[in-house]
Amino acid sequence: MKLKYNSVEELVNAALSSNQKISQIVLTEQAEDMELTEEAVYATMERSFDVMRQSVENGMEKDLRSPSGLSGGAAAKLKQAVDEGRNHYGHLLGNAISMALAVTEYNSCMGQIVAAPTAGSCGVIPAALISVLEEYNLPKKEIVMSLFTASAIGMVIAKVASIAGAEGGCQAEVGSASAMAAAALTEIFDGTPEMISDSCAIALKNTMGLVCDPVAGLVEVPCIKRNAMGVANAFTASELALAGIKSVIPADEVIVAMKKVGDQMSPSLRETAEGGLAATPTGCRLCKKIFG
Amino acid sequence: MNVFDIVGPVMIGPSSSHTAGASRIGKTAAMLLGAPVAKADILFHGSFAKTYRGHGTDKAIVGGILKLDPWDPGIRTSIETAKEMGIEIIFRTGTIENAHPNSALITLTSQKGKTISVQGASIGGGNIVITKVNDMEVYFTGQKTTLIVMHQDVPGIIAHVTGLVAAGNANICNFRLNREEKGGLAIMTLEMDSDFDASFISQIKAIPFVYNTILLKLN
Repeated sequence: MKLKYNSVEELVNAALSSNQKISQIVLTEQAEDMELTEEAVYATMERSFDVMRQSVENGMEKDLRSPSGLSGGAAAKLKQAVDEGRNHYGHLLGNAISMALAVTEYNSCMGQIVAAPTAGSCGVIPAALISVLEEYNLPKKEIVMSLFTASAIGMVIAKVASIAGAEGGCQAEVGSASAMAAAALTEIFDGTPEMISDSCAIALKNTMGLVCDPVAGLVEVPCIKRNAMGVANAFTASELALAGIKSVIPADEVIVAMKKVGDQMSPSLRETAEGGLAATPTGCRLCKKIFG
Repeated sequence: MNVFDIVGPVMIGPSSSHTAGASRIGKTAAMLLGAPVAKADILFHGSFAKTYRGHGTDKAIVGGILKLDPWDPGIRTSIETAKEMGIEIIFRTGTIENAHPNSALITLTSQKGKTISVQGASIGGGNIVITKVNDMEVYFTGQKTTLIVMHQDVPGIIAHVTGLVAAGNANICNFRLNREEKGGLAIMTLEMDSDFDASFISQIKAIPFVYNTILLKLN
């Protein structure tokens, strides 16, 4: 089956009509499209997942500091609290948030990561998937397969709207990552194709309008903590959808709305480091301190 | 676009445009030089000029010049590695007229004194465009398998090269030729739908008046 990846509805219908998971349909289609075997395509995704896992581990190093001095060590701090049972919102959430921090801090320190969908939003998907894998002791194969569902949602967003902060603000980066993670989680917990669509819609609605305003233009402040928010948002969206709560606005309309909001955003709020947090007195002072 | 453009690439952080893209510009320049590098003069423009230290763009571009891929952890220590290899590196910041905000102009000198200058832009998601070679306007991205042939502008070269591409069973989807002046340096860029049998490269290199031939596939 040839997929166009220009709507979430297409993915839902393909899954319903073939009685297969979205991830399986996407794997089959992508293997055909790339003229490779399904095994080879799966193996490439598995390698990416292994890099994600390694980046979670490496980012937990407590002495990690970025070249600018703006970030590092936050993931380790939170992980310690979680490991000692001192965090307040449950083991899974604490763990997931610390993992999102870990991957994004490691990225800031020139570590090896998987852009998912971008480097600036690289923490959300690994944190969502690896934290549930550990919490529920899930088979790795299920988690790797869910990345095909996440990718398909990302492809639709990239085609219809954007996954670049410079074009659509942070809603296009962390927002998209969050929607992709929500879709993957919903599939992992046996949600229906419609539930996957709803979780994607809800995650994107919750981040709509989020601007890209990095201090000193670096992928650190506020990007790292926004990745932590992105995973919490993915849990929220997936939890709602899995309970059978619908998104009032369908996913495809949300994606178009996100594109329009991005177009309406001032250039100062699209990765130019001229607005938002970058333009605060502290943001300006830090920029001066780093770059003179 | 495929799933690995979305979940991927595997790369060294922190920024696909300021690290992954920068390393690809460096690698392309080194490939175009086609000889061991003795000296690299790197001019950063726009956002590259403003933020190259914080983003590690300097390490990424030198890593690329050492032919490291965007996912190679060796990028982190590339400047030290280059120094150990005796490569002289100069970083400068300035303005390149009409250039994309994330642009660099790299001038490489080989151990035998051959030089080449390559201007490239990192246009997002690790994707790049090479816009100038030795002051000559060019345009290639390396997203598809791209054959780049630097040669003297004399009759018959295009037919010779495309004949060998046909023999290699590759379909050309984009063709471009730029030249300094009639009879001067010319650069032929051929983008192909499929991979190209690298064994044909030596045959293309052996064509009289061909200076250098590279096969570029940046992913």
